[in-house]
Amino acid sequence: MIVSNKRVTVLKTENANLREHRSQSAISEPKVMVSVRKLNFYYGQHQALFDNNIDILERQVTAIIGPSGCGKSTHIRTYNRIYELYRDQRVEGQIMLDGQNILDDNMDLIQLRHKVGMIFQKPSPFPMSIFENVAYGLRLHNKMPQGELVGRVEDALKRAALLDEVKDQLHQPGTQLSGGQQQRLCIARAIAVEPMVLLMDEPCSAIDPIATGKIEDLIETLKKKYTIVLVTHNMQQAARVSDYTAFFYQGRIIEFGRTTQIFENPSMKQTEDYITGRFG
Amino acid sequence: MKPRSKAKRIFVNRLIMAISAAVSGLFLFILGWVLYAVIMRGGAALNVSFFTRLPTPPGVPGGGLANAIIGTLMMTVLAIAIGVPIGLLAGIYLSEFGQESRFADVIRFMCNVLMGTPSIIIGMFVYALLVVPAHRFSGYAGAAALAILMLPVVMKTTEDILKLVPNTLRESALALAAPRWKVTLGVVFRAGKSGLLTGILLAIARISGETAPLLFTALNSPYWPRRFQEPTANLTVTIFNYAMSPYTDWQQKAWGASLLITVSVLLLTVIARFALAERRK
Repeated sequence: MIVSNKRVTVLKTENANLREHRSQSAISEPKVMVSVRKLNFYYGQHQALFDNNIDILERQVTAIIGPSGCGKSTHIRTYNRIYELYRDQRVEGQIMLDGQNILDDNMDLIQLRHKVGMIFQKPSPFPMSIFENVAYGLRLHNKMPQGELVGRVEDALKRAALLDEVKDQLHQPGTQLSGGQQQRLCIARAIAVEPMVLLMDEPCSAIDPIATGKIEDLIETLKKKYTIVLVTHNMQQAARVSDYTAFFYQGRIIEFGRTTQIFENPSMKQTEDYITGRFG
Repeated sequence: MKPRSKAKRIFVNRLIMAISAAVSGLFLFILGWVLYAVIMRGGAALNVSFFTRLPTPPGVPGGGLANAIIGTLMMTVLAIAIGVPIGLLAGIYLSEFGQESRFADVIRFMCNVLMGTPSIIIGMFVYALLVVPAHRFSGYAGAAALAILMLPVVMKTTEDILKLVPNTLRESALALAAPRWKVTLGVVFRAGKSGLLTGILLAIARISGETAPLLFTALNSPYWPRRFQEPTANLTVTIFNYAMSPYTDWQQKAWGASLLITVSVLLLTVIARFALAERRK
């Protein structure tokens, strides 16, 4: 990826403004939501993550950046143990969430995934109506009267900034929406069940710039309520929407800190090289 | 390196096109010929009594194959009731749970072997398993043989269709804290719905022409299929018997029954194609 120096400067100023804005509103340091210690990950014999340590802070957007194949997605896929769908993938280490080590064998996966929602790279609406898509997660866990269900579905769609566009076609198939709308539908589906943490695995890589803008705005709003971990290969995006940034390289966390610090004053040479577009 | 001349490329292109068109044409012609023969000779046999009456002895006019039509339908339905659920479940296991495990590979291998097993051997197997101990041919044995024939087809198509469902869909549903079985039934199955239906229809089409396995199991009967513990009338064995007989009226009924089966299989295939087209849309 090539980022011109001029572009970086623009980003830096934008971020400086943001930081100023934040320091006024911030009362105290946010508390740690997810605490990862000595996380190692294996695809069969191949080790993909090496001793990852990171603290994800509550109601902050943490961006994970790094070149392709560096383990960004692999890392967040351990937070809800979704990797277990595949037979040969395994993990070692500790991830503390809500007072529990979620990697414990006796961790209830249903309960875990109730707390940790996820948005994937490719929009993946279920083969059912828009309404049913959002109702899917709600129906799994709560028996509620139809009226309440409708209310909660609409509320989730509204918070995902999609309701206005789809309110007349709630019973049309979700797969007929545009890519960007589908992705917001997936976000609505994920936030309808009120998770504590929202994992976003390159949520904008399959959609156009305008739709990307909408999703970035949405992330800004959502972080008031949710802790967001955003994997992105787009550095401008990380700079625009995140509060903290972790730079991954070859399965290791090279640097982690406030986004402003990572982008303006990286302490590691590799981070600086990547951010300025010298490799990656 | 010298580039090949344009004229030569065009010639080779046309040659290949001509060969493939000719081969396709040949097969279409043979199919058309079969249909023509069956319709011409069988069409005359199809009348109301063909569908409503019991067979008559040779030389006695009238009569029909109603018992064989009903017997075939009953055995097919029972075979579907046994073969489809087991095939679906096995296919689900292979695609969703077994994946690349050793056990799944063994099952997959067995499935391929079963798919390639000549149907007469399935007939012999069921004969030894159900007919010999019971000392009688029966509709149950016939249905069992047909079910075994369907099983690998349903299993294989189920696995193939479910594997086409993108993993993101499974992951999305799992990430919403859905238990695995709900993901499979509510999301993955729904995504593969029309493909699965197609697979089942094709499996039915596959068994509807089988004669050999029924010869050893259901045998045949000139009576109404009242009790399934007895030899049960069916169309394919009837065709076999009647076509080999020296009586022209029986031979004509055999053509009629052939036409009936051909049309049913054709209809099933057409419906399956429509279901598949629906899926692509």
